[in-house]
Amino acid sequence: MTSYLFRRLLFLPVVLWAVSLIVFVLMRSVPGDPAAAIAGEKAPAEIRLRVRRERGFDRPIAVQYVAYLGRLLHGDLGESFKHSNEKVRDQIARKLPHTLELAFAALTIAVAAGLSLGILSAAFKGSWIDYASMTVALAGVSIPVFWLGLLLIIAFSSVLPVSGNLNPIYVPVDRTGFLLIDTLLMGDGVMFRDALAHLVMPALALATIPLAMIARITRASMLEVLGSDYIRTARAKGLSPAGIILRHALRNAALPIVTLLGLEFGSLLGGAVLTETVFDWDGMGTYILTSVRETEYESIGGAVLVLAFTFVLVNLATDLLYSFIDPRIRHGQQEA
Amino acid sequence: MDNRKLRILTRHRASMAGLALIVFLSAMAALIGLLSPHDPVSWRPGEQNLGSSGAHWLGTDNSGRDILTRIFFGARISLFLGVACVTFSAAVGLPLGAAAGYFGGVTDGAISRFLDILLSFPGILLAIAIAAPLGAGLWTVILSVGVVGIPPFARQIRASVLSLREHDFVVASRALGASPTRTLIREILPNAAGPIIVVATLGIGSAILSAAGLSFIGLGVEAGTAEWGAMLHDGYVDPRLHRTLALYSGLAISVAVLGFNLFGDGLRDALDPRSRPGA
Repeated sequence: MTSYLFRRLLFLPVVLWAVSLIVFVLMRSVPGDPAAAIAGEKAPAEIRLRVRRERGFDRPIAVQYVAYLGRLLHGDLGESFKHSNEKVRDQIARKLPHTLELAFAALTIAVAAGLSLGILSAAFKGSWIDYASMTVALAGVSIPVFWLGLLLIIAFSSVLPVSGNLNPIYVPVDRTGFLLIDTLLMGDGVMFRDALAHLVMPALALATIPLAMIARITRASMLEVLGSDYIRTARAKGLSPAGIILRHALRNAALPIVTLLGLEFGSLLGGAVLTETVFDWDGMGTYILTSVRETEYESIGGAVLVLAFTFVLVNLATDLLYSFIDPRIRHGQQEA
Repeated sequence: MDNRKLRILTRHRASMAGLALIVFLSAMAALIGLLSPHDPVSWRPGEQNLGSSGAHWLGTDNSGRDILTRIFFGARISLFLGVACVTFSAAVGLPLGAAAGYFGGVTDGAISRFLDILLSFPGILLAIAIAAPLGAGLWTVILSVGVVGIPPFARQIRASVLSLREHDFVVASRALGASPTRTLIREILPNAAGPIIVVATLGIGSAILSAAGLSFIGLGVEAGTAEWGAMLHDGYVDPRLHRTLALYSGLAISVAVLGFNLFGDGLRDALDPRSRPGA
């Protein structure tokens, strides 16, 4: 166990380094002159030459990579040239909380609905409830999130705001960057409700895929546990069916669900990119796409890097949590 | 697949429904040129943004092209992309995973860590990061979505090779002097085919979804192509279309992905007795 933990932690910097290498290679494989992307295509040759020298584009690629790594270690993600050289780090610091807020909201919906559907399905296996829940779950993994977003907009556009994070007439005091928390801290109920209303549709759309996955794994895992001897014993003792399911079965069925949660949070970060486009949500996804359109490669690289780092850390945390929940896991001997 | 498994599969109603959807879309993709009087590409001034009618069942888009015709032409591109991406993933993932499982040791360590690193990106994000510098195009989609699909193939074949490696027939093949490549292809691969077919079927569904996602945000096929994700985007940004275009191209994506998911689930149940419901 300790050696497993140690190896995972030791591997962490390797993964982070590899992620940075991949991002660097991808961003530098852009055809054309990077100096032209910064100075503008029509910039005179001498300005481009100066930019190339100042930014070190004239040096060997390996030297550039080392310089890039050095900047990364100091938390420097580069600059956004088309936005008066604002630091990419500062831009991301503004956008990331919005995406995390969306992802957390979606995960909450997905866990609540997914667990319920999964448990109901397992408890009433073979009944119409089971078929209905599993149909919802199957639809959830097959429907593109951007299409579901459109359906939601058509259905609810009269009652809920369809784009943005907050009505622009409100100016929240930025404490955490999370709008729900900031508006609560301000004690402004109207603004809080507005932020919540903006969050509902994107969160619902983003929640579908993890909801479906959670429902399916909960059902499978519950069915496995419900077939075991100690559940039969509990039944024989005359415990109530609800008590058996919630107190005895769910607790033991929780492991695969916890693992899935970590993985799903990562895919939520990815799915958020598409969802944000549909709802004009001002987060990392919209930021990445705007940067793609404006060929701001340092912004794209920085954003991809930050999201991948978040994903890696969440997965590591889940993995550690997993081995704490279940002492039976012997990570040293797995994968044989 | 032996008769018993085939019987399980054909009696699996949901998977047969999935197969029917796949066959229907493929047939329409193949025959649409014969069935529809409309041209999916050329611009027809004066016929833009028509509502549904006898001539245009779902109406026309903002270039005057018949929406229903374009949706079935879109099936060609989307189904092709799904298969092409998965072929790419398998072509890279299978040799990698097989080598990792067969040789073990340092080879396994290096390949497995490489897969871990691929998996440390959320899928669509990696696809976007690959597609962004490449620019829109069919090859961009195949490469970026294909790379994301490598790990499931590699992990599946690695697990199969590990469990088959020490079987007598494999040891015998080695003892007779067969090269690792020959042993892997002739002895191990046939016995590991089942789960790989499942990975591939489910993979096509998710590849179609990712490819449509890339096109939706403008990083997939070139603008104007009759591809479902791109059409969904066109319908999205142009409110004059009353979103018919977006609604139906989204429906087409869902139907195709649902088909592959249903069929893939059925295949898995038929090939792996442990996952069978009620087992």
